[in-house]
Amino acid sequence: MRFKTIEHTADIGIEVEADTLGELFEGTAAAMFSLMVDPETVRKTVERELSLEAGDLEELLFIWLNELLFIVDAEGLLFSGFEVKNVGDSRLLATTSGEKINPERHKFLEEIKAATYHEMTVERQDSGWKARVIFDV
Amino acid sequence: MVEGLKRISDYKWELSTDYKAGMRVPGIVFADEELLNLAMRDKALEQVANVAFLPGIVYGSLAMPDLHWGYGFPIGGVAAFSEDGVVSPGGVGFDISCGVRLVKTNLEEGDVRPGLRGLLALMASNVPKGLGKRGSIKTPEQLLRKVFTGGARAVLDMGYGRQEDLECTEWGGSYPGAGPDRVSPRAYERGKDQLGTLGSGNHFVEVQVVEKVLLPEVAGEFGLHEGQVTVMIHSGSRGVGHQICTDYLQVMDHAVKRMGIEIPDRQLACAPLGSKEASDYMAALACAGNYAIGNRQALMHWVRHSFERHFKSSERQLGMDLLYDISHNIARMETHEVDGKRMELCVHRKGATASFPPGHPDLPPAFKEVGQPVIIPGDMGTHSYVLVGSETAMRESFGSTCHGAGRAMSRSKAKKTISGSELRARLESEGIIVMSEKDSLLAEEAPEAYKDVSRVVDICEGAGLSRKVAMLKPMGVLKG
Repeated sequence: MRFKTIEHTADIGIEVEADTLGELFEGTAAAMFSLMVDPETVRKTVERELSLEAGDLEELLFIWLNELLFIVDAEGLLFSGFEVKNVGDSRLLATTSGEKINPERHKFLEEIKAATYHEMTVERQDSGWKARVIFDV
Repeated sequence: MVEGLKRISDYKWELSTDYKAGMRVPGIVFADEELLNLAMRDKALEQVANVAFLPGIVYGSLAMPDLHWGYGFPIGGVAAFSEDGVVSPGGVGFDISCGVRLVKTNLEEGDVRPGLRGLLALMASNVPKGLGKRGSIKTPEQLLRKVFTGGARAVLDMGYGRQEDLECTEWGGSYPGAGPDRVSPRAYERGKDQLGTLGSGNHFVEVQVVEKVLLPEVAGEFGLHEGQVTVMIHSGSRGVGHQICTDYLQVMDHAVKRMGIEIPDRQLACAPLGSKEASDYMAALACAGNYAIGNRQALMHWVRHSFERHFKSSERQLGMDLLYDISHNIARMETHEVDGKRMELCVHRKGATASFPPGHPDLPPAFKEVGQPVIIPGDMGTHSYVLVGSETAMRESFGSTCHGAGRAMSRSKAKKTISGSELRARLESEGIIVMSEKDSLLAEEAPEAYKDVSRVVDICEGAGLSRKVAMLKPMGVLKG
C-alpha cells in the first residue's frame, strides 16, 4: 500500500494505491489512522469484526471509514491493524485490531470528523487499485 | 480573470451560468480583488458553481468574503431553496450548528492580566478539550432526548446557567422542529458523554479584551466598552453532528439516485423539501443544533465556574452575561423577499452567519431595535469582531455575512512552515498566552494560515452585509 496526502485549504485528503481491492480498503483505513496518531504507538489488544453493505464501492469506502470513526468516538478505541477478509462491490468483511485511547502514549496529530463524499473515487488501474478521500478535520 | 466572472460593484462579483453547464442561477461572490484571487487558487469557485446546480435554488449561489474550498458547499457558502427545492446535508456540513457565543464581564484588562496564566490553567482543567476527551456530564438516552429537543433550555434545567441566557441565544435556546426519533442510535451513542466538551481543530475558548469600539451607539446597546474583558467560546455539536450528517448523506445519496436528481458532487446529495428524507433530516438537524447550543451552554458554565473560583466572586457579580450565541453551519426555514415576493426559503449557511437587521421577527426582544449581534471568531493571533446585522444583508445575501477569517493555507503546509513552539513564543511576546494539547496542532491554526479577518469584515461592511461594532483582542487562548 502506498499513500500520499492531498493539499486542501481547510481539510486533508489522501490518495491510496494498492495491488488488490482488499489491500486498498486496509490501506485507506491505515492512512486515515496515521493522520490521527502515530500507528507505532497503537497496540493490538482488542479486535472488532465489521460487516458492511453498500450500493457501490465509493459508498462502501464511505461507510467503512465513517464506521471506524464512529468506534473511535463512541468506544474510545484506536486501530492499527486492518484485515479485509472479503470485499466486493456491495460487501465488506473485515477485522480490525487496536486498543483503548491512552493519553499517556497516544499523541494526537489531528481530529478527523468524517470521511466525505467530496471528490471520492475508487478506481481500478492498469495494475491494482486507487482511492481518493477528503476528510473533514 | 476567470471566464464568466464579472465585477458588479466594488465588493460583488457574478459568476455567470455559462461558467459551467447545469448552473440554474449565477454565483455571487462578495470579495475584493485580493480575496477573490485567494479563492481562485483552490476549488472554491468551482464549488460555488456546483451549488448552483441544486434544484429550487433561488437568486444565486452566494459566497461570503471568507470563501474557501470546503467539501460539497464551499466554506462561506450561502444558498436558499424555495419550497419546491431541496435541503442538502452537505450544505450544513458535519459539524452541525458549529458556532460561537460571547460572554461579557465587568472586569477590565488590568484585573485579569496579572493572574491570567492561573485563570487559563483553571479553565483548562475544567473544560474537557482535545481528542478523545469525555465530558463530566453524562447524558443517557432519556436525558439526551431532552437535550435534542430542548437545547440550552434542557442544559439550563440540568443546573448549568441562568434563565437570562436563553433570551440571548438564537431561537430562545432551542431550535424548533426537533425529532429525536429521527436520530440514529449511533448518534445517541456518540452524544452520551460529549456535552460540555470543546473538541479540537479550530475550536477554542478565548479570554479577550475589547480593544476598540467602532460603533459606539450599538456597542453601548450590546454592553461593550473599550478595555472590557470578554470570553468567546467556539464549538459545535461534536460527534452527534458528525454522525447525523454521515447518516443523512447516505439517506440523501439513495434519494438522489432513486429520484434521478443530477448533482455534480456526491457530497451535495439532497432531497426535495417535504419528502420523508428531507423532513427526517430537518428534524435530526434541529436535534444536532440543540446539542450544539446545549454544548456551548455547558462550556459557558465551566468558564463562569472557573472565573468564580479564580476571582472568588459569583459570576453574576463578575457581570458574566451572555451577549449572544449564534451558529454558522446551519439550514433553516426563513421568510425572505425575492423580486418583491415573500417566500418561505430553506436557507443553508455553510460557514456563514445570520445578519438580521433591527425589527427582524426572529430576533429576541433585547435586539429588536438595535439588530442582531454577529460574532466573528478570528484567528488566535489577530482579532475577533462583534458586528451588527443590516437591512442590506436581507436584500443581498438572505440576511447573511461572513463567519471568520477563512483559511488561506492548508494544514499540512502550515505544519511544515510554522513551528508551534516558535509561534507560542511569538504570541506570548505579543501578550497572548496559548494553552494547547500539541504544538503541531497549534501551528495549523497559526494566524498566517488564515486570511486577514479585518479585511474580511471590512468587505462585509463595504458590501453592506454587516457593520463593525467592536474589535476584540485575544489575551489567553485555550485550544483543543
